[in-house]
Amino acid sequence: MSAIANLALQGTLLGGYYALLASGLSFLFGVMRIINLAHGSLAVVAGYALWFLAERLGIGPFVGILVVMPLMGLLGWILHRIIFERSMRAGDLVPILSTFGLATVADNVMFQKFGADTRSLAPYIDTFAYDSWQLPGDLYIGQLSVLVFGLAVVVLGGLHLLLARTSLGRQIRAAAEDPEAALLTGIDTRRIYGIATAIAVMTVALAGMALGMRATFDPYGGSQQLVFAFEAVVIGGAGSLWGTLVGGVVLGIAQSIGAQLNPQGFLIAGHAVFLVVLVARLYASDRLAGILRALRARTG
Amino acid sequence: MTMLRVEGLHAMHGLLPAVRGVSFDIAAGDTLALVGANGAGKTTLLRTLAGAHPATGGRIVFDGTDITGWPAHRRVREGLALVPEGRRLFPGMTVEDNLRLGATAGRAGTWTIDRVREAFPQLVRIWKAKAGHLSGGEQQATAIGRALMANPRVLLLDEISLGLSPKAVDGVYVSLQSLRDARTTTILVEQDLNRSLSFSDRVACMLEGRIVAEGRSAAMSRDEVMAHYFGVERAAAARDRA
Repeated sequence: MSAIANLALQGTLLGGYYALLASGLSFLFGVMRIINLAHGSLAVVAGYALWFLAERLGIGPFVGILVVMPLMGLLGWILHRIIFERSMRAGDLVPILSTFGLATVADNVMFQKFGADTRSLAPYIDTFAYDSWQLPGDLYIGQLSVLVFGLAVVVLGGLHLLLARTSLGRQIRAAAEDPEAALLTGIDTRRIYGIATAIAVMTVALAGMALGMRATFDPYGGSQQLVFAFEAVVIGGAGSLWGTLVGGVVLGIAQSIGAQLNPQGFLIAGHAVFLVVLVARLYASDRLAGILRALRARTG
Repeated sequence: MTMLRVEGLHAMHGLLPAVRGVSFDIAAGDTLALVGANGAGKTTLLRTLAGAHPATGGRIVFDGTDITGWPAHRRVREGLALVPEGRRLFPGMTVEDNLRLGATAGRAGTWTIDRVREAFPQLVRIWKAKAGHLSGGEQQATAIGRALMANPRVLLLDEISLGLSPKAVDGVYVSLQSLRDARTTTILVEQDLNRSLSFSDRVACMLEGRIVAEGRSAAMSRDEVMAHYFGVERAAAARDRA
């Protein structure tokens, strides 16, 4: 019993990391219909930036993130201006190709600059990397895992409030629903998209910090992180923010169960759940479309 | 005083020249009705004025400023607002959100949320409903309200009765009367000729991307305008010459 509870608990906390990682991907897709294939690489970029501050300048990651987040936001704004905006005009496929190119460039620049060594932020946060709390029933939870899960909830909740409650959020939603109508309503969609990308990449900075604190990263680690983020987004429903949290948790629990069954099962179980959900979604939307068609034929 | 001056304006609809050398002036406080058959270029002309469509030639001068190359949102900020054909509301957002978005341009003026609710009382009941779930008439009222929230100095109305029931059209025009009373400069594209003539001060007939006739609405009869609709006048003139 305790083993199952532990599995669910650790899986959920792991899912918090995936949700944090996926929030920027989900937000950007929801607002601009862009699938940013450089998402994972940007998280690694943030990880290296924090590592650089800690290693060379002695600035710990918790202080460093205050510097790295705005810088990543600025990077996001620039990326929108020079890559996303142009590629969006060229059709649906071009943003995917150009962000894939961006990921490749980012990975190789990091390799050039930092070499192939595996890095981690864990050495710069004392014992916080492995400190834990004991819960009744012989359960232990890592303090870092709880922090990351909390960050995910705060980020997703914050994005939700931003969209639902603020004037900026209203403008972002309008630009997402109908860019031309938004322009005609007086909304500077170019500015709005730039801000949305900056916000998304700022959340990536937090994900990069979480990645570096709880594990290790290397220059080519971005694609693995992208896969996790993508799976969490698809399991939770593309573009839905709270769905992203659910998707992350489902992925985390699946991986934890998989790891329990077989040492190799960690990744496979996650991929399997992703595929099952993906096929089920396609099937459901197909069936739904079929039912709607039949209804329309009958009433029309 | 001239509020909007259009000089030799050209615009393409895809590969087709849809607006071909259109020139006209509209004085502050006037209402100009654009009439003409489908495909005459009325909608492309309005969209070009609003900045949703690029001009390929000519000039648009708004209250003394050349705005030909300006993006649409900047024109709204200066006070030039379009109610687009097909209404183009944000369907997943509430009526209130749609209207509040209209105020994004941040122009001060007499149009506020309260005044829109007064002018379009049918919106009060559906204030929190999603715009996509409304009837055509309610959607049109929301679309006009959204444009008014920008406190425009010139309002462009494109086919506001398209797809509405006759009763809903009446409702929309009753609400528009308050615009007329406030002497808001308006350019109106409307299929219903009688309404066009009765609602406007001046009328311009478009044919194949050009303005072929223009005059005071009170002075032009329905038959006169109809004659220009499909180029009958020109055909008759050509016959006379032959």
